[in-house]
Amino acid sequence: MLGFIAARLVKAVFILLAILVLNFVLIHAAPGDPAAVMAGEAGAADEKFLQDLRERFGLDQPFTLQLWNYMKGAIQLDLGFSYRRQMPVAELIWDRLPATLLLTATAFVISIVIGVAAGVLAAQTQGTWWDTLISSLALLFYATPLFWVALMASLLFSVVLGWLPGFGYQTIGANYTGIDRVLDIGKHLILPATTLGLFFTAIYMRMTRASMLEVSRLDFVKTARAKGLRNSVIQRRHVLRNALLPVITLAGLQAGQIVGGAVLTETVFAWPGIGRLMFEAISQRDYNVILGVFFISAAMVLLFNLITDILYGIVDPRIRLTK
Amino acid sequence: MKTFQYLTTAAAIAIASSLAAQETPKSGGTLNAVIQPEPPGLMLGLIQNGPTQMVAGQIYESLLRYDKNLDPMPSLAKEWTKSEDGLTYTFTLQDDVVWHDGEPFTSADVVFSVDVFLRETHARLRASLVHVESIEAPDDKTVVFTLKQPFGPFLGIFEAGTMPMIPKHIYEGTDYANNPANNTPIGTGPFKFEEWERGSYIHLVKNEDYYMEGKPYLDEIYYQVIPDAASRSVAFETGQVDLLPGGSVENFDIPRLTAMDNVCFTNDGWEFFGPHSWMWMNMHEGPMMDKNLRKAVMHAMDREFARDALWNGNGTVAKGPVSSVTRFHEPNTPDISFDPEKAREYLAQSDYDGETLQILPLPYGETWQRWAEAVRQNLSEVGINSELVATDVAGWNQRTGDWDFDLAFTYLYQYGDPALGVARTYVSSNIAKGSPWNNVSGYVNAEVDSLFAEAAVQASDEARQELYTQVQNIVVDDVPVAWMLELQFPTIYRCDLKNPVSTAIGVNDGMRDAWLDRE
Repeated sequence: MLGFIAARLVKAVFILLAILVLNFVLIHAAPGDPAAVMAGEAGAADEKFLQDLRERFGLDQPFTLQLWNYMKGAIQLDLGFSYRRQMPVAELIWDRLPATLLLTATAFVISIVIGVAAGVLAAQTQGTWWDTLISSLALLFYATPLFWVALMASLLFSVVLGWLPGFGYQTIGANYTGIDRVLDIGKHLILPATTLGLFFTAIYMRMTRASMLEVSRLDFVKTARAKGLRNSVIQRRHVLRNALLPVITLAGLQAGQIVGGAVLTETVFAWPGIGRLMFEAISQRDYNVILGVFFISAAMVLLFNLITDILYGIVDPRIRLTK
Repeated sequence: MKTFQYLTTAAAIAIASSLAAQETPKSGGTLNAVIQPEPPGLMLGLIQNGPTQMVAGQIYESLLRYDKNLDPMPSLAKEWTKSEDGLTYTFTLQDDVVWHDGEPFTSADVVFSVDVFLRETHARLRASLVHVESIEAPDDKTVVFTLKQPFGPFLGIFEAGTMPMIPKHIYEGTDYANNPANNTPIGTGPFKFEEWERGSYIHLVKNEDYYMEGKPYLDEIYYQVIPDAASRSVAFETGQVDLLPGGSVENFDIPRLTAMDNVCFTNDGWEFFGPHSWMWMNMHEGPMMDKNLRKAVMHAMDREFARDALWNGNGTVAKGPVSSVTRFHEPNTPDISFDPEKAREYLAQSDYDGETLQILPLPYGETWQRWAEAVRQNLSEVGINSELVATDVAGWNQRTGDWDFDLAFTYLYQYGDPALGVARTYVSSNIAKGSPWNNVSGYVNAEVDSLFAEAAVQASDEARQELYTQVQNIVVDDVPVAWMLELQFPTIYRCDLKNPVSTAIGVNDGMRDAWLDRE
């Protein structure tokens, strides 16, 4: 197992370097540069102003030299400096990370718990109105665009009913501490986390249901029944455990996105996370910030792929044995 | 009759007392305002984008402020004089002004700010400072500017975003861009920087040592960062913010928000900027080099429709290069109004043979996209083919700067005076590839060049008016750009927020005099 992990880690490092180069090339291929965007925001600029900015950011250097300098820094985990925000990129990402982790992890937990539970219930009550209700909801959540759900949720629960805050991470100016602060952040978290979780909830529901039904028809389940095991034991130990493999694959994919943030949700709900940071950085061509966020997200996707592979082995010993 | 008299007197007393109550500011309270996008920094000497000016305009000050007629008012300078030859301006500074860290503000700070710091960092001010021979401080409270030749708009460059005062004791001899103090800005203004939670809010608190007794009235201001326009509307509707600066919400949300109870709005506070919109017409190459085609495009556009349908009736149809809120505007320029018949006539006289013109909309939100679609419709109605080219802000900058378009939407500020914000668009010395803020059209007219140059250095306003009238008539007849609207961006606020807009730069320096009528 350790050899397997080590080999995967080495491979991951090379993939990461390739991703860095590719990202760098793609970002620089997009029209426009940060100096022109910043000059535009200042309302006026002369040639000297633009030239000063380009020199300060190193944008006047040849492309290959810029790439080399960036890679040299990245290997030493120096993600560079944000042109627009005048701060080290690592510091910017670090500042935004807690908010993003809180939002995406909550959405992750919500979607897995509700999705898997509802999927199991639908499979066990196949053909009843419970099944129809859950399947219909899954279809609805799956098909509805996220930004629309976000805006409607904000309109209903914030403007019309006034139950929940419609934006932000905390009540600004309230200066809560202790449990009051936790409750305040929790209240702000409900709308964005639920909205973000809906799509994956729907996928987990459908996948768990389909997978459970498929597994329950297999021979080993019939054998278990013939042995006289109780239905709850069969469902939990034999059906669910085997049915979870595709769910784990999917959870691995979703977990990889946790650090990348959620651009739409964070933008609509003014959640101060990494997704929004990336969105703003792209429109401002703040190259180092974009590359920094991509770097961290790519690293996380690779890490969670690795974790998924290890989990496979734990859930299904056959996989571990064949390795 | 007596009863009527009594009633009118009683009504008059009631109105007078209510006015008096309104005019007696109350101290205290927290103001929640929207800021969008999040400023890149708050050091006004280094960064002059819109959001930075809006927040930092409460932290930093300049020597003068401007009323809505663009007449100068005292700020850090309490008095000023101009010599008869228009070459020497002498400013006397206010007494007892201190920086937020307690150090006294003196004339040495003014000389350092203008002659050293801003000369290096501020592109727009640098263009005006070429007229300045020397800046001297004969004593702690006096600053003397000596010009090389008279410069008409000189008294118009002392606004906080144009010439912010920078603390010499913090910046002298340092690397300005990397000075750690940039993160905790120190100014002389009515509010002090307290905290910036990036991505969430910027918190300013009252400057207790402000030189004006009793001001500011507000205890603190939170500028909340809300990136989505619809969410900003929701934030205002739910009472989480009290002030939406102009341009914060989409135009189609404005009627709904302003119809709410206890909500006021004003179009004032943009006079200094005079945002003027037009489409560049590419005269470097391609079909727009043809003056008849340019005239056809100009007459084809139904700008009243655009104003009423897309801008909710806010704005004025532009008559030429100088906005009606900018000094020296000439109202009687040649006719460029909507007239499809005339457009077809000019089109028939042109060499246009059905090419598809590329229109570059301004990527600043839904209104601009719809506006470009309306123009495309207008052009097709008179027989001109066109297509829209989608870009984001950076892509728009590049295509415009590289002259890669036929028609490109834009809007620019005029800064109160044609020499500061208008000439740059039309003089041939300002044609250079790579920048979308110079003479992008590529318009060349030697007479226009010399008239703009001459008008800038006249000492008397009468002489300037005469020259600017001539130049406006020539430019309108040449149609180097297709003028659209003098834009208006309403500031929307709760009516119990009093006086948020009292100068020509509106909420950018208005919080000094604003107060909340709340218990």
